[in-house]
Amino acid sequence: MNNFSYAKASTVDQAISHIDGDIRNKIVAGGTNINDLLRYFITKADKLVDINSITENNSIIRLDNGGIRLGALHTNADTAYDPIIEERYPLLSKAILAGASAQIRNMATNGGNLMQRTRCYYFYDINTPCNKRDPGSGCSAISGYNRIHAILGQSENCIAVFPSDMCVALAALNATVNISSPEGERVLAFAEFHRLPADTPNIDNNLKHGEVITSIDLPAQGFEKNYSYLKLRDRSSYSFALVSVATGFEIENNVIKEARIALGGVAHKPWRILEAEDFLKDKQPTRENFSAVADLILRGAKGYEHNMFKIDLAKRAIIRNCFMALNPESQRPGAKPSL
Amino acid sequence: METNQSHTTKLTINGSVYNLALLPWVSLLDVLREEIHLTGTKKGCDHGQCGACTVIADGKRILSCLTLGVMKDGSEITTIEGVADGENLHPIQKAFIECDAFQCGYCTPGQICSAIGMLKEGKANTREEVQELMSGNLCRCGANKGIIDAIMEVKKGVYHE
Repeated sequence: MNNFSYAKASTVDQAISHIDGDIRNKIVAGGTNINDLLRYFITKADKLVDINSITENNSIIRLDNGGIRLGALHTNADTAYDPIIEERYPLLSKAILAGASAQIRNMATNGGNLMQRTRCYYFYDINTPCNKRDPGSGCSAISGYNRIHAILGQSENCIAVFPSDMCVALAALNATVNISSPEGERVLAFAEFHRLPADTPNIDNNLKHGEVITSIDLPAQGFEKNYSYLKLRDRSSYSFALVSVATGFEIENNVIKEARIALGGVAHKPWRILEAEDFLKDKQPTRENFSAVADLILRGAKGYEHNMFKIDLAKRAIIRNCFMALNPESQRPGAKPSL
Repeated sequence: METNQSHTTKLTINGSVYNLALLPWVSLLDVLREEIHLTGTKKGCDHGQCGACTVIADGKRILSCLTLGVMKDGSEITTIEGVADGENLHPIQKAFIECDAFQCGYCTPGQICSAIGMLKEGKANTREEVQELMSGNLCRCGANKGIIDAIMEVKKGVYHE
């Protein structure tokens, strides 16, 4: 680990002033990713700014518009098990609990979840080229072992995927991200937060350096009657997604009034195709319609030597998860929905 | 830059108060093992992937390799050395012995601290749920069945303090 200085911030303003817009000053909250990145020289820091003492951002509150505000410093575990989240946003609760391990969820924060970096093996191996870690050095994954890599939205510079489960649900729920900056406050729609790699894969998201995520807002609509989070991976727990799907439906008289479908594990950000969701509007929840929507979402998908299987896997996962969303009871651990 | 500046950090570990001068980049795991010489907490992967370094911080199970000593200023930490009451083993420890829940023993301190944390969380009711919520602790010897058996026995109230 490189040697760095350490400062505690007890207010957002203090954090912003400690960071001072300098890229070498980094924020630490839960620490479950950045401490690892620092230890293995993937990220370097001159100063680590510990924001855990900022008490104004560590709770869950009800908003006047019927929505909920998740404090950026509230832990993933406390968020997933919060009675309001379990009751009104079970899709979010399930997605969080599908990620990491109990110990990591106890440490990891909501803001930090958005800021975690890819788990591409080459990003973590400082002996190999990686445009995300070392811009201009090349991408080792494109011609390397790319089983876990992107099939949508990638570029010739980077085929890494964003690893979060929580963020797949936040994308499906149309969350917004509240940000404090030296210039004041601003709000980003969730779809605008993370970026595709294009020719700057070293930049994961649109948070500017020196800005701080203070909270994440959920709109009132939580899809608590018809939802499902399906995560497919090489072992059944404590592993990142090869493909995951967050689905929420609003259904009246067997007709879909609103559909949300977000994919994880397939792109540099949670993947949504609004045109595909619109296609399901006012249609019946049938296998034919679910299959058509899967084709729309995977349109333009491109696989590599070791991840070609993900294209078909993602389509099947979408269809299966649509059926599971019709019957959320099917999501008890180990349950297999009959298709 | 003042990178070599140490930070005064107060940790309460297994009930004893330590006032330490810590360099910022030292993990809590290294503080426990190298500064306090409590070597029961194990360094497995040092990456947050194996759970061998699990300790209980302010009542919650966490990975001591992924946090820094300075970040835990003011915290109460319980390690494997602090779970028994003198000579009287914690129920989870008794159950691990009876259920053959370890072979080499390297993952065991983390498994026990994790199990104690999990029981306190109160979210694991069925065997399936116990397996899921213990998935952050890997055992390469393959003692997992014994580990889950031991926890289920404690949940049934077979072992008492």
